[in-house]
Amino acid sequence: MLVKKKKGIFQEFYLVEILKGLYITFKNLFFARKVTLQYPEERRNYSERFRGVHYIKATNGVENCTACMLCPTVCPAECIHIEAGERADKEKYPIRFEIDVLRCCFCGMCEEACPKDAIKLSSIYEMSTTYREVYDKSFLLEQRGNK
Amino acid sequence: MDTFDWIVTGAKAAFLVVILLHVVPIMAWVERRGSALIQNRLGPNRVGPLGIFQSLADAVKFIFKEDPVPGHVEPFYYVLAPLVSLVPAFMTFGVIPFASSIQLGDRMIHFQVADLNVGLLYVFSIASLGVYGIIMAGWASNNKYSMLGSLRSSSQMISYEISMGLSVIGIVMVFSSVKLGDIATQQGELLTHFGPLLLPEALQFPRWGVFVQPVGFLIFLVSVFAETNRLPFDLPEGESEIIAGYHLEYGSMKFAMFMMAEYLNMFTASGLLATLYLGGWQLFPGMGYVLHEVQAYFQMSALAGDWTRIVFEVVSFGIKVGFFMWFFVWVRWTLPRFRYDQLMDLGWKVMLPLSLANILITSVFIFFGWV
Amino acid sequence: MDISPLFFYGLAGLAIACSFWVVFNRNPVSSAFSLVLVFFSFAGIYALLDAHLIATLQILVYAGAIMVLFIFVIMLLNADIPSFDLARSHLFVKCIAGFISVLLFGLFTWVFQKSPNSRALGPFTVEAIEASGGNTQVLSELLFSEYILPFELTSILLLAAIVGAVALAKRKLAGGRF
Repeated sequence: MLVKKKKGIFQEFYLVEILKGLYITFKNLFFARKVTLQYPEERRNYSERFRGVHYIKATNGVENCTACMLCPTVCPAECIHIEAGERADKEKYPIRFEIDVLRCCFCGMCEEACPKDAIKLSSIYEMSTTYREVYDKSFLLEQRGNK
Repeated sequence: MDTFDWIVTGAKAAFLVVILLHVVPIMAWVERRGSALIQNRLGPNRVGPLGIFQSLADAVKFIFKEDPVPGHVEPFYYVLAPLVSLVPAFMTFGVIPFASSIQLGDRMIHFQVADLNVGLLYVFSIASLGVYGIIMAGWASNNKYSMLGSLRSSSQMISYEISMGLSVIGIVMVFSSVKLGDIATQQGELLTHFGPLLLPEALQFPRWGVFVQPVGFLIFLVSVFAETNRLPFDLPEGESEIIAGYHLEYGSMKFAMFMMAEYLNMFTASGLLATLYLGGWQLFPGMGYVLHEVQAYFQMSALAGDWTRIVFEVVSFGIKVGFFMWFFVWVRWTLPRFRYDQLMDLGWKVMLPLSLANILITSVFIFFGWV
Repeated sequence: MDISPLFFYGLAGLAIACSFWVVFNRNPVSSAFSLVLVFFSFAGIYALLDAHLIATLQILVYAGAIMVLFIFVIMLLNADIPSFDLARSHLFVKCIAGFISVLLFGLFTWVFQKSPNSRALGPFTVEAIEASGGNTQVLSELLFSEYILPFELTSILLLAAIVGAVALAKRKLAGGRF
């Protein structure tokens, strides 16, 4: 419902209100705390659960991944491509493990689905590139994790 | 005019052009930093100390950007429009005095590029031409938003030019001159009356336009905001409604020329406000005392003392102009944009009757000899 | 060397060229812009004649206000499509238009040829005006003393025109109720 407020003579005059507004902006100009974060020098603290650049966890230099295909199955963006192979000890392993980061939506479902605790999302968020990046296995195996 | 006059006039004009060219980048920086601080941000602070060279970087970018002429525009008028809006902006400041005069030998040098007989009218006539650049840009862009912007601009200019002109008539009546030099000089006198009351000598204050014509000052201030298309009245470029209005189709240096014209118009308006209502180059109360002390302390000759006085006057004028420039920025980041019908209502139903009443009351005061 | 004849011929030539452009241009907005240039060159000629006030008023009133209104109306009515195109009009109309323009040109030439070349100067010479305080002062003193009645009558005429315009516009809007 439209309620017509009764304005006082001062509000009707409008100039006093303008002066009040100018006073508020003047206060902000000098005395308000500035919220700008000076990025390269200062950084925001993100939570532990932040989902950034992917990596594959390795123990003793061997990746935990067994190419079980759970993560490409669960991935809603269908950005994980795995080509499975067999090691000498009959253990299954990924010959090729690629993540198309342009498609990835960083939902973290792969992390949740992984039974081997292999695929992880780190808390690194500086991932801008000048080309269409696809993370390959050697990149993913760099242990950049904090989890 | 002999050679000496030519040199003096040329020097004054060159000084003004240098000042005008420096005002634009500095104001662009002030606007960006000021708006940022008002909105609790920091603003550009990387290029140079406090980010003061940001405008320089911007200028370099503007110059080196590709400068295409879109296929659907009227090419001749499209290219002409930024020039048409920039040239009047450069022309107007010439009649505004930025200091008093100095005696050199048997010559008087006035610190004003041209003391025209028609002074104030010249400023108005040239300033009213600035709108052609906007109209031309809007029309030549062949774009409905640009067209709307220029339509808004022209109707707004006409509406507020009337109340602006009428509000200044009060000043012209009080100081009985349209020469800006005369008006500035007369504001150095003391105001002996407060309405019909005679003031005691201790309470007398300078006869500045703002004290003589408070209502006229307010009307002029508001109208100037409308004339320079600054924020409470920046409907010609209202981003949320018509994207960027008249300069929607412009890029690189052509866009920069529109920006320059806007800031130069602001500068001229500030200079005019300072000259008409804040005493122009008249020293602030107290500055005269400091000047005397400085002259006595360094035991200056008459000529050196005069030059010191000129410096003081230029500084005083600069402070006044700077205040109004900052006021433009300050108001821009305080007030939201008017709706178009509100703008027209304010112009025709409030400002116009108020300025007419102001003229009437001023004439009554002058008739009784109160001002 | 006196360079003012050069300025005069330049400005007069500009005025004539722009007037032709106003007439022959198909696009009304473009015509209006060149009309502004015509006013400008007139203002320049006035300034050459030491009539600074008239020059300024020419720019202020004609170029600054009236032409802005003209252009505003042209753009608002979207009159970009030429409704009155000479090239498409009837041959008879063309003939009449040509005849009238030739007649007018002849009349003006005749009048200027016949008018005496050296008339006695009035009291308002350039020196006299300079001595009594410049253009603005002399003109305003005359306007508010000797010619006060015509001045006020003109303003009443303008007021009547404004009231008439508002009444007409409002009657159309309110559907005759007003």
